[in-house]
This record gives sequence, C-alpha cells and structure tokens, in this order.
Amino acid sequence: MPFKSINDIIVKQDFFSPGHGLCAGCGAAQIARIVMKVVGKDSIIINSTGCLEVSTTTYPWTAWKVPYIHVAFENAAAVASGIRSAYDALIMKKKLNKDVNVVVLAGDGGTADIGLQALSGAFERGDRITYICYDNEAYMNTGIQRSGATPYGAWTTTSPSGQRTFKKDLMGIAIAHRVKYAATASIAYLLDAANKVEKAISMNGPSFIHWLQPCTIGWRFDPKLTVKLSRLAVKTGLWPLYEYYDGAVKLTVQVPKRAPVLEYLKLQGRFRHIINNKNELVKIQSYADELAAKFGLGPVSE
Amino acid sequence: MKKLPKWNEMEEGFITRILSESINKTGTWRTFKPIIDQSRCTKCGWCIVYCPEPCIYYESKKDSKILIDYDFCKGCGICAEECPVKCINMVLEE
Repeated sequence: MPFKSINDIIVKQDFFSPGHGLCAGCGAAQIARIVMKVVGKDSIIINSTGCLEVSTTTYPWTAWKVPYIHVAFENAAAVASGIRSAYDALIMKKKLNKDVNVVVLAGDGGTADIGLQALSGAFERGDRITYICYDNEAYMNTGIQRSGATPYGAWTTTSPSGQRTFKKDLMGIAIAHRVKYAATASIAYLLDAANKVEKAISMNGPSFIHWLQPCTIGWRFDPKLTVKLSRLAVKTGLWPLYEYYDGAVKLTVQVPKRAPVLEYLKLQGRFRHIINNKNELVKIQSYADELAAKFGLGPVSE
Repeated sequence: MKKLPKWNEMEEGFITRILSESINKTGTWRTFKPIIDQSRCTKCGWCIVYCPEPCIYYESKKDSKILIDYDFCKGCGICAEECPVKCINMVLEE
C-alpha cells in the first residue's frame, strides 16, 4: 500500500533503535530508519563497511532489530545474492514458508568504487535484491577521502583544492543493466522516498536506490541543516528525484523554479574556496542546467 | 571420518542481541536541548519523521502530546529547524 501522508510513516514500527553512535544530525541514520520502517520485520540487512556499520554495531550492542550481516566493502551485493539463493532454496524445499526482503545498505565508496563489480554481477544475474546506496559523496568513515561520487569542486582531504571531475552517474550504470527498478531519493522528501523503497522491495528482480545523504562532518555544515541541504540539492536541480521502471524514466518531484546552485554551495564548508570564484560556479551551474534539461525541471529563478 | 555438523547444528558465531537503546544513552553528547512549546505545537508530526535518532514520539496515539526522549537526543536541532510553526527552541544545556 502506498504511503499517502507522513502519518502512514509514523505509525510503522521502528526496527532501528536509538542509541546508535552516528553523529548528531547524520543523514544515514534517517535513511536507515525510514528504510527499516518500510521493509519491516521480515528483512535481512546486508551492510558493507562504512559509517553506518561502524557506528551502529559497536560491540556488544547493535542498533538493528532485524538480522544483520556486516560484509567487506567489495562484496555486499554478492553476499546479498547468496542470501537470496539460500532463502529461495529453503523455500523451494519447504523448510521455510515465509519470504524475506534482502536489503543492502552501502555507502558511495562501497557502491560506486569498490563494490561496483559485485553490484554489476548481481544486477546482471537478476537476483531479487534491493540495493540502497546512501551517498555522502566521499569516504567519510576513514577521514573524508574523495570517492567516485564526490561532486565537482568539493574539498576533501585528498582533493584539497577541489575535486576536478564530476560525480559518477550511478543511476546511469544501474539503468544500463536494465534493472527492474531504480530511483533517486532524498531525506527531505520522505513520502516520495518511502514509496520508492516500498516499490523497490516489491520488484521481482534487482532494484537500486541512490539516496543523497548530507554529512555534517565531511560537508562542513551545522547539524541542523541536514534536511534543509537535502531539500536545496533537489531545488537547485543538482539532485533530481526520478525513477526508472519498465524502460521509462519518470520525474517524481517536479521543481518549477530552480534555485541558483550558490544557495546550496554557500551553506557547505567544503565549497568555501569556490563560492567567490565565478568560473567554478558557472561550471557547476551549467552541470545543474544540463541535468535539469535532461529530466525536464523548470528554469532558474533568482 | 568424523561427521561434519549440518548448518542447523553449528554453533552460533559472533551474534549479539543487546540493543543500543538498552545501554548506549547518547543524551550526554548534547550541547543544546530542544524544548517543545506545547501551547503552540500543532502535532503535525514532521519532527517525528525527521528525527534521525529516533527519539521524538507521540505520547500515546496520533494527535496526542509530542515528547522528546532526552536519554537519546543528541541535540542536532533538525526538529527545531524543520518545525513548520517554529515551536521548538534550542536552549543551552546546563
């Protein structure tokens, strides 16, 4: 059943418990929480190494109320495929009579860079898994090193003068594999995101969700701005919310009037060195315009 | 040859069942404490869905009083920032 109002989300039980060690205002906690509310009790979470893993499963406690397995960076999708096969076999042999949702939660490093070949394999085999990538645009857990998903101009400890390349198009990669379902999500648009997760787990094949997650430490902003920044990323056109299903790409959240990218960049310390640099700003704005033209977003209004 | 154990006879590996909410009280991390002005609160529930912890909840059912569990609140301030009627104030912890 689709979620119609936020109350539909509130009444769902939480399977992600408070007391985890993620930073104050961390977007990953919110993503994990909403995902757990939607997928529910009959799920297995596969979590590759990253912030979410180190801070939610510090021995001896765990923040997860469902079966959870931690795996290495590169094999999250492969482990998910294995768990899916094991369950399918047990159900076929009638040793189990309940189906489960196999859900992978992995960071952008574990998805775009290190885990890409296992992910590609799982997509190509058509395994019935849901892969959710929480994208904080760098290796935040190990100390803010650049990853393939770092946007143009962003400071990280290994790109001190700003990243020179644009963000890797993970959705493009997923769509090229002709997955059953692929979507982008944002913390600020929770109804949209919850419906996307629900759709993804109901697919009879691989599904992929790319979820932007503002990181207070790595992006250098005040913790209270997490949701505001997610919203601005959508409003500026840098993070269009769309879904791919049945061979067609459809915009799910329309932005009639886009905000200039500067509004999004000036709140973040990682872009501090370029907000007075006209050339760099024009480059990022034209990247946003390109995305807007591709997905049919509205024009920029000052 | 010694018979190997089946999958359901194997010993449990490294499995923990202790929930973080039972021991890890993260409320001590807080610098600013969110206080809800109950007279102005419209009980819309946006603070509940946006709380990353989660430590904001309805007292009993929908449209009842909204409460914050200060044992876990890390004081990020998302609730105060996102409140549509701005009825949550962040005050310095004493």
